[in-house]
Amino acid sequence: MVRYSLKRLLSLILSLAIASVVIFCVIEVAPGDPASFMLGINAQPDTVAALRAELGLDVPKWLRYLHWVGGMLQGDFGTSYTYHTPVSGMIADRLWVSLPLALYALAFSTLIAFPAGIYAAARRGKAGDMAVMGATQLGVAIPNFWFAMVMVLIFAINLRWFSAGGFAGWDKGFFAAMKSLTLPAISLGLPQAAILARVMRSALLDILGEDFMRTARAKGLTRRQALWRHGLRNAMIPVLTIIGLQFAFLMAGAIIIENVFYLPGLGRMVFQAISSRDLIVVESVVMLLVFAVILVNFLVDLAYAAVDPRLRSRT
Amino acid sequence: MTLLSIQNLSLSIHKTEILKDVSLTVESGEIVAVTGESGSGKSMTAMTVMQLLPELAQTRGSVVLDGTDLLKLSESEMCRVRGQSVGMVFQEPMTALNPVKTIGDQVAETILIHDAMPKDKAYARAREVLDRVGLPAERFPLTRFPHELSGGQRQRVVIAMAIALRPKLLIADEPTTALDVTTQAQILDLLKELVAEFGMGLLMITHDLAVVADMADRITVMRYGEVVETGPTRQLLANMQHPYTRALFEASGHLVDLPPAPAPKPLLEVRDVVRDYRLPRTKLFAPPGHFRAVKGVSFTLNRGERLGLVGESGCGKSTLTRALLGLEPIQGGEILLDGQPVLSEGKPNLAVRRKMQVVFQDPFGSFNPRHRVDRLITEPFHLLDNPPTGAEREKAIGEALTAVGLKPSDAKKYIHEFSGGQRQRIAIARALIIRPELILFDEAVSALDVSVRAQILDLLAELCRAYNLTYLFISHDLSVVRTVTDRVLVMKSGEIVEQGETEQVFSNPQHPYTQTLIAAAPQLPDLDELKRSLTDA
Repeated sequence: MVRYSLKRLLSLILSLAIASVVIFCVIEVAPGDPASFMLGINAQPDTVAALRAELGLDVPKWLRYLHWVGGMLQGDFGTSYTYHTPVSGMIADRLWVSLPLALYALAFSTLIAFPAGIYAAARRGKAGDMAVMGATQLGVAIPNFWFAMVMVLIFAINLRWFSAGGFAGWDKGFFAAMKSLTLPAISLGLPQAAILARVMRSALLDILGEDFMRTARAKGLTRRQALWRHGLRNAMIPVLTIIGLQFAFLMAGAIIIENVFYLPGLGRMVFQAISSRDLIVVESVVMLLVFAVILVNFLVDLAYAAVDPRLRSRT
Repeated sequence: MTLLSIQNLSLSIHKTEILKDVSLTVESGEIVAVTGESGSGKSMTAMTVMQLLPELAQTRGSVVLDGTDLLKLSESEMCRVRGQSVGMVFQEPMTALNPVKTIGDQVAETILIHDAMPKDKAYARAREVLDRVGLPAERFPLTRFPHELSGGQRQRVVIAMAIALRPKLLIADEPTTALDVTTQAQILDLLKELVAEFGMGLLMITHDLAVVADMADRITVMRYGEVVETGPTRQLLANMQHPYTRALFEASGHLVDLPPAPAPKPLLEVRDVVRDYRLPRTKLFAPPGHFRAVKGVSFTLNRGERLGLVGESGCGKSTLTRALLGLEPIQGGEILLDGQPVLSEGKPNLAVRRKMQVVFQDPFGSFNPRHRVDRLITEPFHLLDNPPTGAEREKAIGEALTAVGLKPSDAKKYIHEFSGGQRQRIAIARALIIRPELILFDEAVSALDVSVRAQILDLLAELCRAYNLTYLFISHDLSVVRTVTDRVLVMKSGEIVEQGETEQVFSNPQHPYTQTLIAAAPQLPDLDELKRSLTDA
């Protein structure tokens, strides 16, 4: 197990190193010079050159890469070209919205998906199964921003239970903050829950047909005991894979929902940074998201090993 | 009192009749074998006793275990019976255990689920039964996972689970079909000992008459969901009444009449062939280890000769077969067909490949279900420079199908329209169609019922007469190899330990491994001897 974890950790570090090079290259070759963009089309060449020097854009690319990576390792993400404030501070502020939102949405989606998937699998082909499958079909088909708008209409505008957008801030207390994240988390998590429930159901159904489930029944376990004791843990492998992918999506893909609810999250920040050619912000946020995705994959790998002894022993 | 009494049991699923008026009994301490071919309802009979039937199954009649009619019990009452009063052992040990739970947990679960004893006692009992089935604590602690065990060891765990609570009745559904002969012999011995030791009744489902004859006190023969004959083993075999029983017995020991092999003239020459597999690295900077699956194998297959290759799973026979076909690179030695190498510069040599064809084991998986038979059997044509077209192609298809006992009109059908035996005929037609010099039969009859197997073996003998076939027959089934080959190679751990004339090797094996193998293989009793011993008695 230790060996396996170390191996996964090594692969995590390698992936990060490769990702940082790729991100740097892609963003550097993209057209658009931040200095000339900031100064407008009528700027004098020497003014642009001076600004380039000030921003540190005139040094060789490889040196800039090293500065960037070295800085990030020490928590220094550089200074935003447009806001002239440290990027790390900007990211930290936004992360306090995006990360809780992603976790909230994931928790919501898992809490709905697990029971729904297990319920449907246990009642395969019966009315309950069909109802769950129908609902998840809808959930998969409907885009999350539409859910978001419907929910704003119902819960914010008509019922006035929640505000229609904005973030209360953590200084207003945990519940106030969570309350303003509730509608966004539900609209983000609902389509994910639909997918996860379907995966859970089909993974369980696959397992229910396995020989060892028949063995379990032959020992005297009821259908339900066999499902819980022998089915669930085996079904977790595909489910964990999907949860990992979903968390990555929830971290990186919340741009639309953040816009619908006017949330000051990472998605909105990166969107604005791209439009104003604030390369250093874009690079840093993308790197951070890549880090989150790779970290989640690492955790999922560890979870696999915890679930399946065959992986543990395979070095 | 009779332990298990099944009376007039009928079973239908979706209005299809599966069992018709089945009656049989098992006494305590008695081994009753239910035998028959696939679709005879023998496994369904066992599953009815366990009440583990598919939904919508309807039963009539009675299944009385120790005075209780199991068909009248509710599902929750039945859960108390399963594992407690009836234990069950299944066919496929590789998949019968939960891969994410330890063997200790799985054996103890049988005890704990019935609240038979507290947890510590349950684990102590689990230890005790694992010891009893031949998995001692030093080598097989309770914390082992199934994937760390071999097939035979896993079957022992399954048996331990089934007998943990000392059930009155043990049901074993083809318990040794998936195992090698030597392992099979050990598992059968273990089952016999357990029956004697605990006084259990054993209801054993098997298709293998040789196993039945060796094991059972009584036999029930089934066909199409009906019992055709039943009685004490020796009496029944000595005096088979029903034509189906006789046919089954004849087919099990079926002998074919091969034409004599021509004078030796080498066709396939295998010299010092070595196949290494790279193992995953265990240390970061150490060179990876190698596993040698084939260790310097040499043999010659003469034109017109029928050569057998036998050995247990993992002995390297499949690897060798793939190497012969040029599907695997070899790390040493050479393989020549008609003087030409099978692999030239690491790529299969087309000129050689068109002289060789192969017939695989699985008659269900080895065809593309979306193609018609004509397309399936003409697949080897792509090896030819000028494949026949139009009328010539039709003629070749017709000939190949006729040769294997099918009709030319079958060419337009899809593969799902054929039975397992017919599919294997189609596989042989596919191999024959380009008139190869050599055919490899890789466990080609292992998945077939005995009567179908007998027909396919007869077909092979006919084809030998008509086409002068040369083949390599790879199988774990010694009785089949004995009848369809002239010479035989015995393989163990990547090496050929013995080779010679088939009859000679079988009647007078020299190598200790061959001796073990032949001794372990269950054999049909000699009927004349059986009759004599019965009249004497």
